[in-house]
This record gives sequence, C-alpha cells and structure tokens, in this order.
Amino acid sequence: MTVMISQLFLQHYWWIIVSILASLLVFLMFVQGGQSLIYSLPQNNIQKTMIVNTMGRKWEFTFTTLVTFGGAFFASFPLFYATSFGGAYWVWIAILFSFTIQAIAYEFRSKPNNILGQKTFDLFLFLNGSLGPFLIGVAVATFFTGAMFKLNQMNQVHWATQWYGLEALLNLRNLALGFAVLFLARINGLLYIINTLEDDALIKRSIKGLITNSIPFLIFFLFFVISLLFSKGFAADPLTSSITVEKFKYMHNFIHMPVVLILFLAGVASVLFGIGITVFRKSLSGIWFTGSGTVLSIFSLFLIAGFNGTSFYPSLFDLQSSLTISNASSSHFTLKTMMYVSFIIPFVITYIWFAWKAINNNKITEAEMSSEEHKY
Amino acid sequence: MTLFGINFAIGIATGIILEFEFGTNWSNYSWFVGDIFGVPLAVEGILAFFLESTFVAVMFFGWNKVSKKFHLISTWLVAIGANLSALWILVANAWMQHPVGMIFNPDTARNEMVSFWAVLFNQVAVDKFLHTISSGFLLASMFVLGISAWYLMRKREEQMAKRSILIAGIFGLLSSLMVAYTGDQSARTVSKVQPVKFASMEALYDGKSNAGLLAFGLLKDTDKKIGDKKVREFAFKIQIPNLLSVLTGGDKDSYVQGLQDHIMGNEKLGLLSTAEKIKNGKFARDVLTSYKSARLINDTAQISSIKRTFKEKEFNDKYFRYFGYASIDKPEDVIPDVTASFYSFHLMVILGFLFIMIFSVALYLLFKGTISDNKWFLWIALLSIPLPYIASELGWILTELGRQPWIIQDMMTVSKAVSQISTGSVITTFILFAVLFTGLLISEVSIMVRQIKTGPKH
Repeated sequence: MTVMISQLFLQHYWWIIVSILASLLVFLMFVQGGQSLIYSLPQNNIQKTMIVNTMGRKWEFTFTTLVTFGGAFFASFPLFYATSFGGAYWVWIAILFSFTIQAIAYEFRSKPNNILGQKTFDLFLFLNGSLGPFLIGVAVATFFTGAMFKLNQMNQVHWATQWYGLEALLNLRNLALGFAVLFLARINGLLYIINTLEDDALIKRSIKGLITNSIPFLIFFLFFVISLLFSKGFAADPLTSSITVEKFKYMHNFIHMPVVLILFLAGVASVLFGIGITVFRKSLSGIWFTGSGTVLSIFSLFLIAGFNGTSFYPSLFDLQSSLTISNASSSHFTLKTMMYVSFIIPFVITYIWFAWKAINNNKITEAEMSSEEHKY
Repeated sequence: MTLFGINFAIGIATGIILEFEFGTNWSNYSWFVGDIFGVPLAVEGILAFFLESTFVAVMFFGWNKVSKKFHLISTWLVAIGANLSALWILVANAWMQHPVGMIFNPDTARNEMVSFWAVLFNQVAVDKFLHTISSGFLLASMFVLGISAWYLMRKREEQMAKRSILIAGIFGLLSSLMVAYTGDQSARTVSKVQPVKFASMEALYDGKSNAGLLAFGLLKDTDKKIGDKKVREFAFKIQIPNLLSVLTGGDKDSYVQGLQDHIMGNEKLGLLSTAEKIKNGKFARDVLTSYKSARLINDTAQISSIKRTFKEKEFNDKYFRYFGYASIDKPEDVIPDVTASFYSFHLMVILGFLFIMIFSVALYLLFKGTISDNKWFLWIALLSIPLPYIASELGWILTELGRQPWIIQDMMTVSKAVSQISTGSVITTFILFAVLFTGLLISEVSIMVRQIKTGPKH
C-alpha cells in the first residue's frame, strides 16, 4: 500500500526537524557559554583547566549539532540557504570563523610546542564562546525582523545593501535576541559546571555568576518577546502564496496554535525554575530544567516563525521575495526520501545518550586534571 | 591518540568551511543543486557525523570509564563514521562531474532528484569513493612507515617501529595497489563521461587510433591553436605504443578522441561541435525564458505546453543537457587548463607507482632483517611522508581544474554559480582563512614533531 504524503505535510515535518535541531543547538551552546567565562569565572589556572575540560568533553556534540542543523536546513529549505548565506554573507562568515577557531582550540591548547601558545587558543575559545551564540541569535532574529533581498525569476539572490548582512547588527531587536542567546548560553554553561564539577569554591562562584547573568538575560529576552508579540509579521496567502503584512502576526500565531503557546510558556517557566532552584536551594540539577526549558522555548519560537502561513525569512526590500516553508523547500521526492532517513534519529539519540552517560558517570575533579588521560 | 586528535580537529575545521561556503560563496549553485545534495547531506549528518563525534569522546575520555571492549567498539565506530562522511561528500562531488538521476523543474529553476540510487551509484561516485579512501589509507601507511623509519635511524623504539613497518607495509602495499586499480577505473570513466577532461589530462589535441600511453612528457609553448586559444605541445615524451587505445577502447586500433574532436565536432563519431552545443544550449535557455514570460502573464496554455516540453526525452537529450553551454562565448572556452591537467595527472600516477615500490621494498627489507641497516631506505621512507599529501592534492587539482569552465559538467559554469558578493569580500575572507590556516599548519607540524620526538608512553 502506498500512502500519499502531501508536500505540505513534508514541509511541516522538515520545519519541525530543523526547529528541533535549532533548539538542541541553543541548549548545547552551554559549551560556548562556558568558554565565554574562562577569563572571569576561574580564580586560578587549575580551575580554568577544569572548566575547559568540562566543556571540552562536549564541544563535539554542539559542533555536530550545528553542522547537522545547517545541513538539514540546506537539504530541506535550500532557497533559504542560498539566499541568506549568499546575501547576509558577513554574518555567516563571522559565525563560521568563530566555529573554525573553536574546532582546533581544544586539541591544540595544551600540547607542547604548539607555537601559537595556550593564550591564543584560550582567546579562540573565548571568542567562539562570546561571538558564536550572539551572532547565531542575531541571525535567527532576522527570521522575524526580515532582511533586504530580492529573488529574480531564476531564484537568484540580489542583496539590497552594501553591508551584506552586517546591517542586521543595527536592529535593536536582532541585538536583543543575540544578547539573550549569549546570556542564556552562559547560564546553561554555569549550570552545567555546577552539575559536573567537584569543586566547592568554583560552584559558589558559579552560583553568583548565575545571578549576574540572569538579569541581563531576562532584560534582553523580555524586550525581544514583547516586541515580537506587538510587531507586524509577514503572512503568506495559502491559495495564492502572495505575501502581505499582518499586524500582530506572531501574537496571532500563538493564539492560533495554543499548543505552541503552552510549550513556550512551559519552556520559559522551566528555564526560570532551573535558575531558581540553583540559586535559592543550591540544587545541582538546575541544568536539566533550564536546559529542557531552553529547548522548548526555542523550538516554539521556530514554530511561530514558520508555521501558520508565516514567512520565516521575510524580505523588507521586495515583499513577494519573502521565503516560506512552501516556496523555499526541496522537492517532494527529496523531502520524502530524507524523511525515511530521519526515522533512524531515535536510534542516534539513544546511542548519544548511552555514550554521554558513560562519560559523565563520574564528576570531574582536580585530581583528574593531573592524571595521564587525554586532556585539553 | 594525540596525533589523531590534532588531525581530527583540523578535519572538522575544514569540513565546516566547506558546508558554509556552499551557501556563502556559491549561492546560485546551492539553489541549483540543493535538491540533489539534500539527501546525501541528511544521511551524512544523521549517520556519520554523530557516530564520529559521539564515539570520539568515548575514545578520548573513556579509557578508565568504560569497558575495554566498549572502548574498542567506539574506536571502530569512529573509523566507520569517518569513512562514511567521506562517502557523501564524494557522492556530491561525483554528481558535479557527471550529473545523473535528476530532472529540471522550470518552475523552481533547479534540478530535482528523481532517483536517489542513480545519484548514489553514479559510476563516478563509486570510483571516486574507492580511490579517495584507499588513498587515505595509503597516506596513513606512509606516515606510519616514515615515522617508524625515523625511530629506527635513531635506534629508538625498535621493536614498535618494526611492528609498525610490518603493518604499514602490508596495509600500504594493498592500499597503493587499490589506488592504482581504482585510479585506472576512474580514468576509464572520465574518458566516457568527461572526454574533454580526459583529452586535456593526456594533452591529446588531435584524436587518433593506435594512441600510446604517456609515461611522461614536457610541454612547451608553440604556435598551435584551437580556435583563438594557444595550446602547448610536447617538447619530448616517453610513451608505451598503442596502450592508450587498448585501455580505453579494448584494442590498438580503437580511436581515442582528442580535444579537436570535441571543439570542432566529429561527424563520423557522432560528436557535436561545441558551437552546435552552444546553439542547443541557447535554445534550451530560450525555452526556459519563454516559460518564465508565460508565467508572468499567466498564459496557462503556453505554461502547460512548455512544461510538457521539459519532460520530453528528446528535448532533454538534445537540448537541455547542453543548458550550460548557453553561457559559453567561444567554443574554445570549454577547454580547461591543459598544462595543469596534464602535469597533475601524470605526476600523480608517477607518485602512485613510487608508493607501490616503497612499500614493497619496506616489506622486503623487513623480512630480510636488514631494514635497520639500510640508512638510504630509511631516509627515503622518512622523506616520502609529504608525497601522498601532494599526490592527493594533485588528484583534486585534476578533478576540479580539469572540469573547468564547469562547476557542474555541461550544466552550469563556475561564473554562473557564484554569489553576488564583491570581490573585495571574497579576497578579505580568503586572506583571513589563509592566515589562520598557515598559523595552524605551523602549529600542527610543530606539535607532531614534538610528540614524535617524545615517543610513545611505556
């Protein structure tokens, strides 16, 4: 029996997969958050080594998730990839550069005769830790605030500014989401350190750091969310595919998709709960609440960006060039074949969980840092 | 483990650049091929990347945390993951050499996949994958052989060095034979699917029967021209008579096509001239343009009629397969850099034979028990470490330069594939990454040298 799967179903399916990968990526950027703290959190070199090694055992997961997120986006919505990467060039190149220097920093930093010196590689980690989450936040914000491009009949992109993406940094809402993602990554980084490390002094300082990072996070996040609820959005007519500007579009999306609203609110509550139990009850499990809250809230933000007939990459320059999950997707055959491939994802998640647990069974201690094992 | 770790990191750093660059620098191309590359990329991301990154963590940090058996399985899974990642990117590259399994959709102005198996089992992809991974095994074997030779020269770690030479020798010899075999297969496939590239790598301007196989030659400037393009001819050459005809056609009388046959056409062989291909390509482009115009004014009769045309076999075989030629000015513009193709191919082949000899001699001396005393061979083994890297690069130079001016053979030229960003932006990015990677190269080599000097842990 052959089941007819509609193109619209497949487009929604793949937007959900992309959204899941994006939300996992933001959670896993606790690694970047931890890296951004290496100059301020540790009080001595051993503590710094411990933090770097704590993050170092997970950096490949974050990196792989980023690469898979990019790959899945390219594969399922190639017109977005071609438009945004080829147009907002400098934003993506900056993100690329910040992750390229991370990829080598861990393995190279403490090796004898590395020429560039540990300080250089630590700077690489810090730059990736700070710029990576911030720039990814800015880039994702343009899903809501739009960009300046026009597509011709052959779907080739013309970018309408000479700044090739850097203009996104002039928009307050983009900056707000960028900083919100950065501070969220730092919060998750601190919570992960509290959960994984065995060092009382460091845990105490991490809890303090949690408070100082939560305040700016809340300010930037609330600013972004409130402005989002009251902002206009770009709606695609389901029949003609023509794009029109709709007031309060994202608020409407939440109202029309109450499940997404519930997920979003549950996500935000869980983020705050995780921070709360760590600060007030000295719990070590905050990461699980804040982490899963991060996943839920980012996931729901992606859904309101792309579902309910919304343009997920609006063009402020040429309204009708705006991208939706319908006009930017791959063909039916490709999406369907990829869907079959995606059925093995649960198996992948199972073995990741198994390997993660195997490595995290014991806490990371100062003693381990002076042992002979592979370390950064 | 340390040497693997730093190499692995560089591999990741270069891999992500490739992924981003598709979009940032080649955005038109990304759209044109996105639908084809999607599935390989999805499989790669889900199957290979997570396998590698998950188990590499167990491999690095699990020695005291998991059972020895689990650690061994993890190490194997990293190796399998790494080889799988090579498969999918090579499938994508093979499609650029020989696009198959797709149909052009005039609505979206891109190629859309109709057969995943045709893309995966593309003959070029099969050849390329086997050739590339066996060359990777060869490179690793030469690395181990060279380092072991250095230990023997220093009279250090002699037992480990000899055991390593045994493994590297056997593995290297098998790999280098495999490289030669798959290389031969690749060349035969190229002669069928990219005959212009094939003629360029042999510097064969005029087709002929009884064509000899070139062992080597040197090219010099002459007055010979194809169209307006000056080409270089042999100052001298060493060749094995008739062998090229035998290898490509089965017997010594079979005709091997030269560049002229493809530029000027050859009626006897049924080869179109490039001028005719340009004409046909322009016709296909005009049909696409008229489709787009019909769309603009919503002329439904015209739209459905042209849509039918795009599905017709004759239109696709006769016109659309030359779509890319619409953007070629002069017939001779489809000739790649013959000098670069010729030298990269022949130097690679010479190195390939050299590798077979080196591994054979290593095994011979090892079994004879005199390897430690053969200073001259130990030096050769040590100095040969960079050669497989050079051979691999030569292979890629041939693959990519030999395909010029195309980014996708006959479908899209490189100049049509680029993003509309300023040259300044591209140059700035290039310098940025060139400086970074030069620093990293120096750092990596320095770390390696130090680790090798320190030697293994006892």
